Amino acid sequence: MTKKSTASAEQEASKTPLARRDFLIKSGALVGTAAFGLVDSKLVMADTTSATSLDPNLPLEVPQWTRSLGTPTASPYGKPSTFETKAIRSLYPGLKDTMSAYSTSPLQELDGIITPNGLFYERHHAGVPQINPAEHRLMIHGLTETALIFTVDEIRQFPAVSRVYFMECSGNPSFLPPWGKTAAEVSGLVSCAEWTGVTLRTLLNEAGLKPEAKWIIAEGADGAAMTRSIPIEKCLDDVMVVYSQNGERLRPEQGYPLRLFVPGYEGNTHIKWLRRLHVTDAPAYSREETAKYTDLMANGKARKFSFVMECKSLITYPSGTQKLTRKGVHEMRGIAWSGHGKITRVDVSVDGGNNWTQARLQEPILTKALTVFRAAFEWNGQELMIMSRAIDETGYVQPMMEQLIDERGKVSFYHNNSVQPWRVSSNGEVTNGRA
Amino acid sequence: MGGLRCGSLVLGVLGACVFTYAAAEPKYGLGTKATEAQIAGWNIDVAPDGKALPPGNATVAEGEKVYMSSCVACHGMKLEGGVGPALTGGEGSLTTEKPLKTVGSYWPYATTLFDYIRRAMPFQAPQSLTNDQVYAVTGYVLHINKLLDANATVDASTIANLKMPNQEGFFVDDRPDSKAVACMSNCLKNP
Repeated sequence: MTKKSTASAEQEASKTPLARRDFLIKSGALVGTAAFGLVDSKLVMADTTSATSLDPNLPLEVPQWTRSLGTPTASPYGKPSTFETKAIRSLYPGLKDTMSAYSTSPLQELDGIITPNGLFYERHHAGVPQINPAEHRLMIHGLTETALIFTVDEIRQFPAVSRVYFMECSGNPSFLPPWGKTAAEVSGLVSCAEWTGVTLRTLLNEAGLKPEAKWIIAEGADGAAMTRSIPIEKCLDDVMVVYSQNGERLRPEQGYPLRLFVPGYEGNTHIKWLRRLHVTDAPAYSREETAKYTDLMANGKARKFSFVMECKSLITYPSGTQKLTRKGVHEMRGIAWSGHGKITRVDVSVDGGNNWTQARLQEPILTKALTVFRAAFEWNGQELMIMSRAIDETGYVQPMMEQLIDERGKVSFYHNNSVQPWRVSSNGEVTNGRA
Repeated sequence: MGGLRCGSLVLGVLGACVFTYAAAEPKYGLGTKATEAQIAGWNIDVAPDGKALPPGNATVAEGEKVYMSSCVACHGMKLEGGVGPALTGGEGSLTTEKPLKTVGSYWPYATTLFDYIRRAMPFQAPQSLTNDQVYAVTGYVLHINKLLDANATVDASTIANLKMPNQEGFFVDDRPDSKAVACMSNCLKNP
């Protein structure tokens, strides 16, 4: 590229954001325009020009990697660029033991609705068992016509289905400080993938359900022998026994070789290393569905079988510890999801929830899956309090945390799906709006 | 009813058959019938009715010995907790801002305690205790919570018939409980 054409391209680049801004204002899509009034267009033009100036390393040099060979083809399993050092899972803040622990997905580093398998959040209660699939079995017994034992190979021979679903830990996060610094620390116990397996309905049909069957107690083969009871209506609806995630076999930390997948239900019910499905007429009242994963209200009574992860959203850009480095138009980005179905709308606010504007939803919008939203907003050095609010197909509106605390008190721990505020300070730094 | 449809017109030459999906699925003939002995090897979940509790019995005193050798390192000399959670205390705390959820203050069923110890404890060596040892240490934990006498013998009926203090402390999910509305403008001034 010659110097002249480079300069020309630079001019073009500087014009584009302004044209985009005008379009956004005319179409009413710029968040906060009504609240803050129109900004002087000359100021915007001056700022935009300076902000888009290229680094003064002209003329452009041909880099070393263009003048040499790269690494060989066909490394056995591809890895991210070594420059992507922030896209990693982290042990949840404050945890020390790594055997009964959880790690967060780096939501602020991810795009789209699919979480890469190596970055999918984890929750283990007794470490990650390393299971040889040839030695693994799944047994279905109890209130069935026949008690059956399946090999993993046999499970894969049933008619397969592939579906995209989110999964979220019910403690994501609690209602008490310390408040997380990043999107991952605030809500990183949610991820989304395409799951492949067989519907539980198909397996139950193979065994033959007896009419008195009301619950299924699912059990894992890990050292916790994790156990949860699932209502039979849900089991016959959309529950799956999965063996693949995002096109490849499950990772050990996601339940290899088999896991239960219970769309929209809290993550703990998605039993990993699934070895047993006990069809019964009553729930087990296992430790995980009594001592844990019950929601203690302010009056001392606790909500049980609180399975569904209600509608929620989170702005991932800009989010905590990130920084806006120029004045002008930016794109707010985030994810929304609901255990009750599809996301129908996401609203965003830049003034702490006083005024709201509808965000654009990115296709595909799938039931019980992450949905991406985007909204343009303008920042000119003023302090902003940005937040998002999702609505699902049942009409449910994501609440503010105060509304949940009014209903539940502060110690229910699980199922905090409240609106998350981020503060953009006058120097562009973004911090948790609760802090 | 689904079935096999043989494409005699289009695919007849190949003799191919294509399954058509319909309301009811066929049986695929996959899996092996499980014997009673096989089921017994894995069937360890115990519901509150206690019907699935295994044979066996022990004393609270025996339970103290099991506890002191297998549990004390994580749960503490007085079951007050440490690396592992507290197993006693917290009575009357559920309505405060610092609730302590223990076997005595929170767990609704004693069967759950037996089930959990048998399947998942000791943390470093799960499913290593005999049924008698599980009865024993279950009894000891209940005794420290003042739910069994020091000289009690513990068996299936003891566990199944014990009424826990917080058994009535739970209600089935009644959400949605929040009543947020999607206000669009001047929401903080006119909530």
